[in-house]
Amino acid sequence: MEFFAWCMMAAGLGMGLGSIGTGIGQGLAIKAACEGVARNPGASGKIMTTMMIGLAMIESLAIYVFVVAMIILFANPFTEHVLGILTH
Amino acid sequence: MIHPFLFLQWIEEQLHLHIGEHVTYTWLVMAILIVVSFLATKSISMIPSGAQNLLEVVVTGIDGLIEETMGKEGKAYFPLIATIALFILICNLIGLIPGFYPPTANLNTNAAMALAVFAMTHIVGFKKHGIGYLKHFMGPIIWLAPLMFVIEIIGHLARPLSLTLRLFGNMYGHEIVLMIFLALVPLFLPIPMMLMGVLIALIQSFVFTLLAMIYIAGALEEAH
Repeated sequence: MEFFAWCMMAAGLGMGLGSIGTGIGQGLAIKAACEGVARNPGASGKIMTTMMIGLAMIESLAIYVFVVAMIILFANPFTEHVLGILTH
Repeated sequence: MIHPFLFLQWIEEQLHLHIGEHVTYTWLVMAILIVVSFLATKSISMIPSGAQNLLEVVVTGIDGLIEETMGKEGKAYFPLIATIALFILICNLIGLIPGFYPPTANLNTNAAMALAVFAMTHIVGFKKHGIGYLKHFMGPIIWLAPLMFVIEIIGHLARPLSLTLRLFGNMYGHEIVLMIFLALVPLFLPIPMMLMGVLIALIQSFVFTLLAMIYIAGALEEAH
């Protein structure tokens, strides 16, 4: 049973840690984009597009963590093995 | 974590068929797109009205985006990119209606689209540059080529993976958050989350399209 408790812990902690870095990264990107638009409002279209691509790239880090967390929670490859050991 | 009720799944059960829900809803989205575009172009007039007007705005918007991102050369890839954009957008938005399942919340749909973009990138590259396309993988300095080749191959293989997982993670994550909120407080609380779902649907279809364009444009330009 301890195995599943640790799975929950790993999924939650991993998602949290992944979000910290992603949040800081996206914040920095948006800060720079805001400054750029404030200095040169004419370039807002290009800045917007570039920022979107950058945000999508940064965001995919958190998405990878999310996918791993979902695999740990719902599609854990070791579940049957551990259950087999537990039932013996 | 699945929807409590999907009407196409219900019809399937009545007919004793076993097709995944993402396949049936992909067919539904395809039917919607085909019927809408057929109805809109049935009676084309110089002064557009109604559905033709709407589709003209959409097509002109995507056309402008392609020209802005890829330049004049990108016009040839308009059918692929516009199809992917519209398909993903309708797939994402359809998930907000109760009883509908977004096909993009399944890994297989996204992998199919990402692999199509991946194959298109390299076919276009080889068509345009011939065997010289391999220079794209060689890096700037000739004696660094063996090292750069391995790194570039890994980088190129990571593209379809990241395209797939980004769209899948966003749509599936949204579904799960919505389901958890529905289980906690069924009244009113999911509404802000659904509003964010509209935003996610638009942004993710935009990002997928934009990255597909950038990858194809990268294969088209000369190696440096």
